Amino acid sequence: MYGALWRVLPGPIWLRLILLLILIAAAVYALFTWVFPWVDGIVNPIDVTVDQ
Amino acid sequence: MLGELLLTAGVLILLFLGWQLWWNDAIMASQQSSAASAQSAEWAEQARAEQSDTPAPAPEDYGDPVVGPAEYPNGESFAVMYVPRFDAPGTHDSVRQIAEGYGLDVLNSFETGVGHYPGTQMPGQVGNFAIAAHRSAYGGGMHEIEQFQLGDPIYIQTRDGWYTYRFRDFEYVTPDTVDVLAAVPHQPEAQPTDRIITLTTCNPLYSTAERLVAYGVLDSWRPASAGPPEEIADIVAGWED
Repeated sequence: MYGALWRVLPGPIWLRLILLLILIAAAVYALFTWVFPWVDGIVNPIDVTVDQ
Repeated sequence: MLGELLLTAGVLILLFLGWQLWWNDAIMASQQSSAASAQSAEWAEQARAEQSDTPAPAPEDYGDPVVGPAEYPNGESFAVMYVPRFDAPGTHDSVRQIAEGYGLDVLNSFETGVGHYPGTQMPGQVGNFAIAAHRSAYGGGMHEIEQFQLGDPIYIQTRDGWYTYRFRDFEYVTPDTVDVLAAVPHQPEAQPTDRIITLTTCNPLYSTAERLVAYGVLDSWRPASAGPPEEIADIVAGWED
């Protein structure tokens, strides 16, 4: 999976590394902005109250 | 291929925890703190506007505290809490708005963060003013609760004035111990005579297995026209910027 991605990226190793870092940064940005807030609304909430 | 997928899943879960416990926590803490200081400043401004031109000389004792309405609509913010002990070093950022109710709309909000248990008493009232907040994540309004030391002030500001409670003791309970919310904690039948505050949050840190309860007793009260308690006057004035 990641091997295929590495082969698809063009250019010498340094360019591929930079492209890879950009891809990772974009993925983390998308996760933090859209995916995690959405997941947070689905998983069990953290409970802080006393309740019966 | 399967190994790579599993590794990816592991990294995603760690990233999510990092996002929830630190990244999103820090963003929410900062927004809750700004919203609360703006609310505090608004009330301070109102109090000054309503003041007469020749304010009466400040008495030593302002009498029994004024108690606001007995209930508010769910989700409505009606008070501001400031606990200097909860401040991050060098900041005054532990200020939070208290809203009615303890649903996720209050506790996980970017605006409020602290919830008042409906049916428990109001600030300054004889009985128990009981509130809840997160200890970790979602702005962690009570993140530093275990740092409390005997006599630490808990400032509650409302439209009517400033209520200074002082921390008295901790209690560790199971999540179903609703008796801590009674007007006299653990004695639901008893007639209250003291004005106390009860803070509840989860325990241990990063777990919800138990609840950590902190009790405080009302020490003094100042009407809004008298301004904030002198020892925090400079801090409160800083919120108006």
